[in-house]
Amino acid sequence: MDREDTKARIDALIEPFNKKNVTVGEDTTFAGDLEWDSLTVMDFVAAIEDEFDIIISMNQQAEIETYGQLIDSVTKLRAA
Amino acid sequence: MSEGIATPDKPEPPLDAGDDARDLFSKFDPIIKQRQDLLDSGLEDPFGLVMERVLSPVTAVCNGRETILLGTYNYMGMTFDPEVIEAGKRALDDFGAGTTGSRVLNGTYVGHKEVEKALCDFYGMDHAIVFSTGYQANLGIISTIAGKGDYIVLDIDSHASIWDGCKMGDAEVVPFKHNDIEAMDKRLGRIPEGAGKLVVLEGVYSMLGDIAPLREMIAVAKRHGAMVLVDEAHSMGFIGPNGRGVAEDQGCLDDVDFIIGTFSKSVGTVGGFCVSNHPKFEIMRLVCRPYVFTASLPPSVVATAATSIRKLMHAGDKRAHLWENSKRMHAGLKTLGFQLGTDEPQSAIIAVIMPDLERGAAMWEALLQEGLYVNLARPPATPANMTLLRCSLCAEHTEEQVGDILVMFEAAGKAVGII
Repeated sequence: MDREDTKARIDALIEPFNKKNVTVGEDTTFAGDLEWDSLTVMDFVAAIEDEFDIIISMNQQAEIETYGQLIDSVTKLRAA
Repeated sequence: MSEGIATPDKPEPPLDAGDDARDLFSKFDPIIKQRQDLLDSGLEDPFGLVMERVLSPVTAVCNGRETILLGTYNYMGMTFDPEVIEAGKRALDDFGAGTTGSRVLNGTYVGHKEVEKALCDFYGMDHAIVFSTGYQANLGIISTIAGKGDYIVLDIDSHASIWDGCKMGDAEVVPFKHNDIEAMDKRLGRIPEGAGKLVVLEGVYSMLGDIAPLREMIAVAKRHGAMVLVDEAHSMGFIGPNGRGVAEDQGCLDDVDFIIGTFSKSVGTVGGFCVSNHPKFEIMRLVCRPYVFTASLPPSVVATAATSIRKLMHAGDKRAHLWENSKRMHAGLKTLGFQLGTDEPQSAIIAVIMPDLERGAAMWEALLQEGLYVNLARPPATPANMTLLRCSLCAEHTEEQVGDILVMFEAAGKAVGII
């Protein structure tokens, strides 16, 4: 699956969660830049899981710090 | 250049706690500040209360004042039951103050076997193993049975002991939105073929006092071939025709693979357990580290627990009275204009939602001054970052006391400006 397509779809998904209107780039961090709490993370992850019909376990989430890493992980999970 | 080695007689300059990376405690600065701000506002420390004397399951002396206890989880009031106390005293005399040993070495006395037998009889199940606390029961069972490559699917509002059990093990952890059957179903459906699955649910969720739709959720879990663990800590002794919990009440106890429970709520002492019909369950005694590598419960504790559990089997009248208390209190608080965690009373926990931590703490102190103790629950332990005053009723609260409690809530709520 192609990264461009994954990124475009996640770009659309993140919008309602980006309440502070942070400019989101590849290096944007979820905890630092977006200041998301654990509930927001869960809702966002659920939205991605449902969009791509995948599972991102908490163990995998722990490895994801930036927006770019998220797109990479989802691209990989879609291919699996 | 080398800065040399620090010598003990040459004091280091004081650490700047704020940003000195060497002080491991600097990570706690935000919570230290939050607590200090609260205390500076003149409020009493809500997490530093001392019970000076305990008069009964529902009354104690705090700050020199007789106080009604409405936040103890002592649902069935067994802490002062004369037969329970007598059993404990006898065990102290006959078996001593403690076992000084692990269950698998010198720490299994006849009392430990008796309390496990009492649990098997109480639940009508084949196996029971007793841990030193309820926390350890979840920690031990979850981390042991779900291993590498397995998946744990759990409710996001699960108790800390469940989360810690997940963290201690090697399984993949997948949470779903609270009580959301469809979200759980979807996640189970996406787990790779052939992976082991454990679904972890609670009967009563202790923060808001709401129950889970276990019947539907367990049916979904079984359809996906998952094993099911249900924590019934807050329902044992009270909910269900025989007090076995929410799964019994909803008629699905036979489909639960593992029930986790505690002695520190309805049973009235301390300890935790898991009951199961799994034919290989006894192996847990050898492979579950939080069971093996800790001292077993003191003989007096298991004796009080066994006596209490057997009495709870025949406590239908007390269960009925506790339901009455819960309904009356819920309706009373609702009429007074408080915002509650559930629309209808679903358990013996009634959560009163506070507008923020400051007013929650002020309300908590105002109630204490009126002579009422409740729990103040705050983020991150609470769902959706709510501040709650959590009330847990007891079968020993009299009708008159429930009336007094409502009067105190009205006075405190008005004083603090919440109603």
